[in-house]
This record gives sequence, C-alpha cells and structure tokens, in this order.
Amino acid sequence: MMERAVSPDGVIPVVNGEERTVAAGSTIGDLLRELDVSAEVVVVEHNREIVRDRARLDTLVLATGDSVEIVHFVGGG
Amino acid sequence: MTESTMIATNTDTPFVIAGRALRSRLMVGTGKYKSPEEMVRAIEASGAEVVTVAVRRVDLSRGRNDGVLPHLDPTRYLLLSNTAGCYNAADAVRYARLARAAGFNEWVKLEVIGDQDTLLPDTAALLEATKTLVADGFVVLAYTNDDLITALRLEDAGAAAVMPLASPIGSGLGVLNPYSIRTIKHRLSVPVIVDAGVGTASDACITMEQGVDGILMNTALAAADDPVRMAHAMRLAVDAGRQAHLAGRMPRREVAVPSSPSVGMLE
Repeated sequence: MMERAVSPDGVIPVVNGEERTVAAGSTIGDLLRELDVSAEVVVVEHNREIVRDRARLDTLVLATGDSVEIVHFVGGG
Repeated sequence: MTESTMIATNTDTPFVIAGRALRSRLMVGTGKYKSPEEMVRAIEASGAEVVTVAVRRVDLSRGRNDGVLPHLDPTRYLLLSNTAGCYNAADAVRYARLARAAGFNEWVKLEVIGDQDTLLPDTAALLEATKTLVADGFVVLAYTNDDLITALRLEDAGAAAVMPLASPIGSGLGVLNPYSIRTIKHRLSVPVIVDAGVGTASDACITMEQGVDGILMNTALAAADDPVRMAHAMRLAVDAGRQAHLAGRMPRREVAVPSSPSVGMLE
C-alpha cells in the first residue's frame, strides 16, 4: 500500500497473482521486456481474455487492478 | 531385424488420430526429468512422436526461463498440451485455450481431476469439458478411468481418442483391470490409448496385448534409474505387445498339453 503512495505515476496490475508496479502508460509488451520474458514463448491472458495476436501486446495499456497471466509450457505428462 | 519381423511390422494398420497418421504407438510426457538433456535423450530413445507438455505460470522470481519448448523440435514432435492440475471443466477449458493460443496445434490431452489423493478423473466434468472443447474446434484426447460407459459417452461427445488409465497417475502399478481396457477397446471406434500407471516394460507389453492403439507414459521413464534405457525398453515392449496382439495368443488352458508327439515312443 505504501508503494502506491510513492508511485503517483505508476499503475499496479496483478501479474501472475502478484501486484506489480509499472510506469503509467506501460503496455503488456513493456511489462514483458521489463520482466525479461520473451513474447514468443509465452501466452498472455489479460483480464481473462487471451491475447491471441502478439502484435497487440504493444498496444494494450495496463491499468491498476488489471489481471495479467503470463504462462508457458513446462514438462508434464 | 529378421525378414519375418519386418513383414509383421509392416502389416500393422496405421495409427491415426483425427486424420493424422502417427509413426509411434508410444507417447511420452516431459515431466520430472533431472535435466532437459536427459528428457531429450529419453524421448529420442522412446521413438515417440507425440510428446505432452503442461501449461503453467512463468515463475517471474527466477529470472529468464523459457520453459520446455526450446528443447523440443516442433518439426519432429507433435506437442500435446495437457490440462493437468485442473479440477473443474471451466479451468480445463481455460488451460486448453491458453495452450492453443501458443499456436502449434488444436490438440489437447484433457484431464479434469476429481480427487487429489488418487488423481482419478471427474468424469462428469470431463464430459462437459469435452463437449465445450469439441464445439470449439479442439481435437480432444480425453484422459479417463477404465469405465466403459464413460468411454462411450466421451466418444459420443466427439473425443478424437479416449485414454483410460492403467492405474493411477504416477503409481507404476501397471494394468489393474485388463478386462476393462479390452472391453473399452472392443466397443469404441476412436483410438484407445492407455494413459497413466504403466511402471515398467512388462506393463507396457501387457497393455498393448489388450489390443489398445497406444500408450502414453511419463513417470515410468522419468523416475527410472536410467530413463534413456527405460525409454528404449518401452519402445521394444510396446512393439512386442502390439505384435503379440496382432499375432493372436494361444488359448489359456488349465491342463498341460504336450508339445512333442505322444506317438513314436520307445517300447
């Protein structure tokens, strides 16, 4: 909660279940770059909607309270 | 390979799911290996074409981690995403759609688990999720228990293949009910692939001898002391069991019947 007070220009989406402060105006693409996540190997769900077209990652601007799920493939049976 | 073995192998019918002919009746998972390198070598040794993967959140606390895909050549393997860990139809559908958005295919190994201790499927939810995903264009391979009626309902719902368990996931107990597996295979038109419970090569062989179209396994390889060698053993066992099934076994008898002539004995 304190972080919100000191980041007046930031927004706080919930990324993979955890609140994360990013600069206001950040897109999902910006978030992925900040996290060092390659867009090619992940699938992103924004507010429960799958972002099918990866080009849209750079146009979807994040807002406080947005839910972002970043998933990839892991070993499984 | 002897000529007779080659002829027998060549006369098998193709293994086809949803119009795609597969080059191996053995399908393998990618979980629980000690390293990606070991996993890759085990998959190669198994000869499998269909390889399963799971969908999970990227662990953002651990730095760069591209998951399992960079280790699997998409031109060589047909990646089959699962919905493992889902306990209701809505979650399973969500995971399937996320996997499809990755863009490699429309196939999904549908799991809807009903119980944490046994990992047995919730068959009502499984059926519901199958209907939703089939309507949405998915090729559904449905992991289910060894129950004929559920298997028939899944086929009716449009499943491209039905995958009854040999025994619970990760148990290595082998085929607990060969009769059920045989009955399911006799009654269904779509491919029947036994998924889960195979522990060692003899289990795989016995499973294939029931006449099923294929087997999917993961832990039997990954948890072996030598996964690569076990993968090779499983490849041979699946082939052996398939050939034995096609050959048609001798009848079981409760009495001995001599193999050598009973006439011509010395006085």
